[in-house]
Amino acid sequence: MRDELLAVENLTYCFRHEKHIAIQAVDNLSFQIREGEILGLVGESGSGKSTMARCIMNIYRPESGRILYQGIDVWNPKEFRRHKRLLQTSRQFIFQDSSSSLNPKQTVEQIIAEPLKIHGQKPERGTFRGEAAFQLNQVGLGEECLDQYPNQLSGGMRQRVAIARALTMKPRLLVADEPIASLDVSIQAQMINLLKRLQKEHGFSMLFIAHDLAVVHYLCDRVGVMYQGKLLELGPVTEVFENPCHTYTKSLIGAIPIPDPRLERARVLPEFEKENLEWRGQKTEVSFGHFVWR
Amino acid sequence: MAKLLEVSDLFVSFYTRQGEAQAVRGVSFYLEEGEVLAIVGESGCGKSILCKSILKLLPYNGVVKGGKILIEGTDITAYKERDMERLRKHVISMVFQDPLSTLNPVIPVGKQIGEAIRLSSQGMKKKAVEERVAELMEMVGIEEPESRWKLYPHHFSGGMRQRIVLAIALASHPKILFADEPTTALDVTIQAQILDLFREIQKKMGTATVLVTHDFGVVARAADRVAVMYAGKIVETGTVEEIFYDSRHPYTQGLLRSLPAYARRGEELYAIPGMPPRLIDPPMGDAFAYRNPCALEIDYEKMPPMFQISDTHFAATWLLDERAPKDLIPDWRQPYA
Repeated sequence: MRDELLAVENLTYCFRHEKHIAIQAVDNLSFQIREGEILGLVGESGSGKSTMARCIMNIYRPESGRILYQGIDVWNPKEFRRHKRLLQTSRQFIFQDSSSSLNPKQTVEQIIAEPLKIHGQKPERGTFRGEAAFQLNQVGLGEECLDQYPNQLSGGMRQRVAIARALTMKPRLLVADEPIASLDVSIQAQMINLLKRLQKEHGFSMLFIAHDLAVVHYLCDRVGVMYQGKLLELGPVTEVFENPCHTYTKSLIGAIPIPDPRLERARVLPEFEKENLEWRGQKTEVSFGHFVWR
Repeated sequence: MAKLLEVSDLFVSFYTRQGEAQAVRGVSFYLEEGEVLAIVGESGCGKSILCKSILKLLPYNGVVKGGKILIEGTDITAYKERDMERLRKHVISMVFQDPLSTLNPVIPVGKQIGEAIRLSSQGMKKKAVEERVAELMEMVGIEEPESRWKLYPHHFSGGMRQRIVLAIALASHPKILFADEPTTALDVTIQAQILDLFREIQKKMGTATVLVTHDFGVVARAADRVAVMYAGKIVETGTVEEIFYDSRHPYTQGLLRSLPAYARRGEELYAIPGMPPRLIDPPMGDAFAYRNPCALEIDYEKMPPMFQISDTHFAATWLLDERAPKDLIPDWRQPYA
């Protein structure tokens, strides 16, 4: 088994709106991401996937629980200060909406070189411009984009720039929060191929958050299913898709639309009632590496 | 069957600072009574604009430059806002993508549905309106309408909100319903339910529907006929089965092939190379030629006409011309079949 890169232990996060209203967005979650694997996280909107990612990236402070990145407790201020450089460079985030995650007043070259400048790193390929051009080339864009502004690029190109920016730091963990949801159908396939190729070349681990299950089935090694802030099932992708154990996972997988009219119309919708969810947090191992929380 | 809606050779342009963007370039299609026509395409291919131009809801810089729109045989191309209001009250309705921004957040949902009813049948008694609201809410699958119609939109989940929007759209017994990506903002588990609801209501009320979407799963579930759009033109049209099992245009084939649902793990996913063209200065010939691996020379020079394959199946590609080499069309089979 590969080494563990990130461990999330009993993570809980609450959104406090007013004095007495608190929404449990992430509820006692535990899982690990291993070195060089792609872990998919699926669930309906509002199930706490993005909140979880933000806790991992030191954006939201969890109520309780620990997040260990290479053994470093990232929310412990002392440890964070000691390993600040490592934590801030080797974990990178890709946001869903590339039009708002890139600075509209910077050129593509400035956007890609900015993390290097912030961390005072010397560009490996001589100049910052050369480095930006190299990273652009990695994600399949030409040098002509260097002097353009984000609003001159299409959605797919912008998302590529966001990936290039993340790659300049040579990340070991890439957290991608619905990176392809806002893209066109014909561009989505290009992006999936790109992410897969980059992962193979660079060997980083990835937490891939998505709601499109077909994409997760194709791209990820393991998958976790979330519902109302709870992790319900976690296991190897093929195992979970072929042999889903939790009723919610079953309904989720049964709901994947099949792009084939005869099969799709014959499909019976699986029933899932929210009230039926009895969750006591009991973990059972169904088969090797395939866990269900009931 | 009678043609409820017929659009012929429609041109729509937008005047922007960069120049004239030709969003719809010569689109012709028809809609028969009680059928669901899906318009599929990528964002920016003009599918939403096509719907909005029929309803005359274009933004201020959008202009219908040519073509004809017939609704039940009447030419509405030159209709002014007053005539359109009458049409929107009684004949056509629209459901938009995001139910949260369609509904007024400070008015209870029952009142919003009632407003639509009162507009379409004026002089209706308050009691009768309330009864009709309850009836509509039940029809779209909202149980216990009496206790719920005083609630506000934010009390409802996304799927429930879309049901309310649908109830508002159906309040006037429309003959044609336009649905612009009605399930895109919803979760997969809800998506199929809403689509089934659409079909059920459409069967019950006989409403013809134009369903705009980019998702082939949605098309497979809900549509009778499909029109595939690319760069402001319809490139292929046919029944659902013809499009899915016997597509002829390389763009349709590419879109279907690039779906992750068809891919096997470990194999590289097929992707259509390149990007859609800019509509400000569209290419002279076939707009898809630059992304088409088996493009012919003529594709770059001349726009292909619609070639007829069967009574209902048409495709605009030179590959179907009798002079085109026959072995160029790639062997595309359905892995699911």
